Amino acid sequence: MPHPDHGEGSAFLTGTIVEFDTVGLRYGTGAEVLCDLDFRLSEGSFYFLTGPSGAGKTSLLKLLYLAQRPTRGRMTLFGEELSHAPRDAMPAYRRRIGVVFQDFRLIRHLSAFDNVALPLRISGHGDEEIEGPVREMLAWVGLADRASARPPTLSGGEQQRVAIARAVIARPELIIADEPTGNVDAAMAERILHLLTAMNRLGTTVIVATHDVGLIAATPGAQLIRLEKGVLVDPTGALKHPPGTARRSSEAP
Amino acid sequence: MKNPLFVTDAEQRLIPSGGIRGPVPVLIAIMTFVMVVVAAAGLALANTSAVVKSGVEHRYSIQIADGAAKAPAAMAAARAQPGVVRIAQVPPEDLRRTLERWLGPAGQEADLPLPAIIDLDIRPGADSAAVGRAIEQAVPGARFVSHRTSLEPLLKALRGLTLLALGLVLLIALASAAAVVLAARGALDTHRGTIEVMHGIGATDDQVARLFVRQIAIDALLGGVAGAAAAGLIIALILGGASTATMLAGTPPIGWNDVLWLVTLPLAIALLATQVARSALLRALRERL
Repeated sequence: MPHPDHGEGSAFLTGTIVEFDTVGLRYGTGAEVLCDLDFRLSEGSFYFLTGPSGAGKTSLLKLLYLAQRPTRGRMTLFGEELSHAPRDAMPAYRRRIGVVFQDFRLIRHLSAFDNVALPLRISGHGDEEIEGPVREMLAWVGLADRASARPPTLSGGEQQRVAIARAVIARPELIIADEPTGNVDAAMAERILHLLTAMNRLGTTVIVATHDVGLIAATPGAQLIRLEKGVLVDPTGALKHPPGTARRSSEAP
Repeated sequence: MKNPLFVTDAEQRLIPSGGIRGPVPVLIAIMTFVMVVVAAAGLALANTSAVVKSGVEHRYSIQIADGAAKAPAAMAAARAQPGVVRIAQVPPEDLRRTLERWLGPAGQEADLPLPAIIDLDIRPGADSAAVGRAIEQAVPGARFVSHRTSLEPLLKALRGLTLLALGLVLLIALASAAAVVLAARGALDTHRGTIEVMHGIGATDDQVARLFVRQIAIDALLGGVAGAAAAGLIIALILGGASTATMLAGTPPIGWNDVLWLVTLPLAIALLATQVARSALLRALRERL
């Protein structure tokens, strides 16, 4: 299968949902926290992002969920080069991404129901379209009876489940989860993993940042993205030239 | 794009009612109160100026310093001019009464030489300069004086005060806008967490701004109406209690047309606040990714 050369201009490949081409990121005038990231993620795949603390996992996730722009290189998501995309274009892409933040980022004064419904409301869905799916999702994460509870009255695990429900409710094409099982017991961790793999089987690309080796071991077929000191560890080149991707026919040489 | 003032119940829950409230309604009420009072004063001055001006616009006087003997000739000369519609000599008794105010009883003495003063009105559009020249040629020593010229310093002062009032109204509007900008930015900081989550989920700046704009529109309208009502009460008390201005101008200093203008001020303030808040919010949101 032909792969574009590194210097060829990174023609986007069919089957590729994320493509980083020599991406670097620095905050202000500090040193680069991410350096020369070069990888492609296949549509519909399941990835674990690992690495020691301070390796740049959170920074990479911020790039992926469009909370940061790279300071250099090209970042392509959903087939569009977004490194320099106009700011007004971002919301449409963000709606295609579901994010589970490590600190949940639930809105404290909203009920669990309203927190989960938020992505649908932002996408313009009316109350009558929202009620059923949100109740169903809350039931799925085991919070059907806590729909009207506000985050401060929920346990850490319950908040995490609300955050996960919010991330997946709008059926995003890409789910990014930062330590999604960090605050739940083993049974709930398994359930969350089951939800993420179920979403993955439906075609959603999933990226999970985790230190949990057990979680990785419990997910056969998942691929690893390993960062160390802001650099991608990819000894086999599998992330740079993933199998199962192909040039668009119109771009074929 | 949705109407910036339309917000669903669910959207309202995103920003609790403390969104922008705080001191904004009180501030807008005070600003509107001051603005309406100053605007009313400005309108009263403009009206008084207009009444005074229209009263003297076409009125002139012939002044003859050395006596009444020349008055009949001057009147005859004036009567012969085209455009002169009214001629009346000021009675000597009136002149003596005026002089008495300055000279005391000596003003009434018969041997005190009096000037002759003849008032005349000239039809609008007539050549008043030609009339003046003709009279001054016919009666040597006579002076043809425009009342408007005499009152010009007063009219100029009234115009200046009217412009000052207008300037103050604009300044107050500017100060209100600045206060609204600060309040809007403060509200964004207060709700930074909610806004970041909304942006992260894919909310547009318009969606975020709309949550705040509606609140500030309501606050500004409530404050504006309260301030204008208080100002209206004060103005009514002043106008009802003192008729000096009415006597000076001959008509009420503020008419119904002026009242309509004043009533639009709180609405204008609410509109201004809403627009300024929206612009400030969108500008502040654009500073984020």
